[in-house]
Amino acid sequence: MRDFYGITLANGLMLGTAQYPSPAILADAFKRSDASVATVSLRRESGRDRAGQDFWALIRDLGVHVLPNTAGCHSVKEAVTTAHMAREVFDTRWIKLEVIGEEDTLQPDVFGLVEAARILTEDGFQVFPYTTEDLVVADKLLQAGCEVLMPWGAPIGSGLGLNNIFGLRAMRAHFPNTPLVIDAGLGLPSQAAAAMELGFDAILLNTAVAKAGDPALMAEGFAAALRAGQLAAQADPMTPRDMAAPSTPVIGKAFLS
Amino acid sequence: MKLQLNGAMITAQVSTLADLLEVEGFGGAKVATAVNGDFVPASERSDKSLKAGDSIEVLAPMQGG
Repeated sequence: MRDFYGITLANGLMLGTAQYPSPAILADAFKRSDASVATVSLRRESGRDRAGQDFWALIRDLGVHVLPNTAGCHSVKEAVTTAHMAREVFDTRWIKLEVIGEEDTLQPDVFGLVEAARILTEDGFQVFPYTTEDLVVADKLLQAGCEVLMPWGAPIGSGLGLNNIFGLRAMRAHFPNTPLVIDAGLGLPSQAAAAMELGFDAILLNTAVAKAGDPALMAEGFAAALRAGQLAAQADPMTPRDMAAPSTPVIGKAFLS
Repeated sequence: MKLQLNGAMITAQVSTLADLLEVEGFGGAKVATAVNGDFVPASERSDKSLKAGDSIEVLAPMQGG
């Protein structure tokens, strides 16, 4: 697996921490999947409840890498300010950069994304940009200093899987040395396996696990699928063909008609 | 003076951001702060003067995808 800003992950499963039925189930999902990265966010804290403090203790105990996001940010300034706040709270230079451009699809505003990525990388951040499979945008992000790309599989929370296999395959071919993460849109482990078979380095998901009837079991399923897809990619898969080709040797077959 | 704290109007007799955090129950908490949309690092909270009408955001770790 390719490194993520010099960090070699134990596996390519990055798991979100939102929408679980309970903190205990969240922890169980991480335990059973052995996910190596937890995505987290920042939200308004109440001085009376201090709910964020308990959550942070839970995440710290997981012993995984923490990837804060700028979810919900719609402008460059908002995303950059949130990133600075996240760096201080989580004590990491990693930031999952989201600059949302459209409400129905939560599609990234790629123009704002590139601008924010440049500002943040110049300020020492290690940016994980939530982007599309657009090769030109991807190239601009790399020029802005990003060393990882995170194209969407499908709109966030949709569970539709890999909407544009051709575009994702082209991205892998175009950037052979860049760590690529499928971020968002996965609904089933088979889709994660497909992503890894395409040669992607990791997947980032949340809703598919958190909203499953048994989140921990689904997390384990994703981990197994990810491993299967990764092995398949390493094994150099056969080339598909349109017509049948007998797998059983025809030489030596008895003449019985 | 009147301030806006995480979107809610409050009245507090404080002079700095650090004072406000203490008064509002954030003492020792792992939070990040912004005043009027600009990030204020923890190391600068004691020097950050507040004035009436300022909008303060106090953010903490939360679930995220």
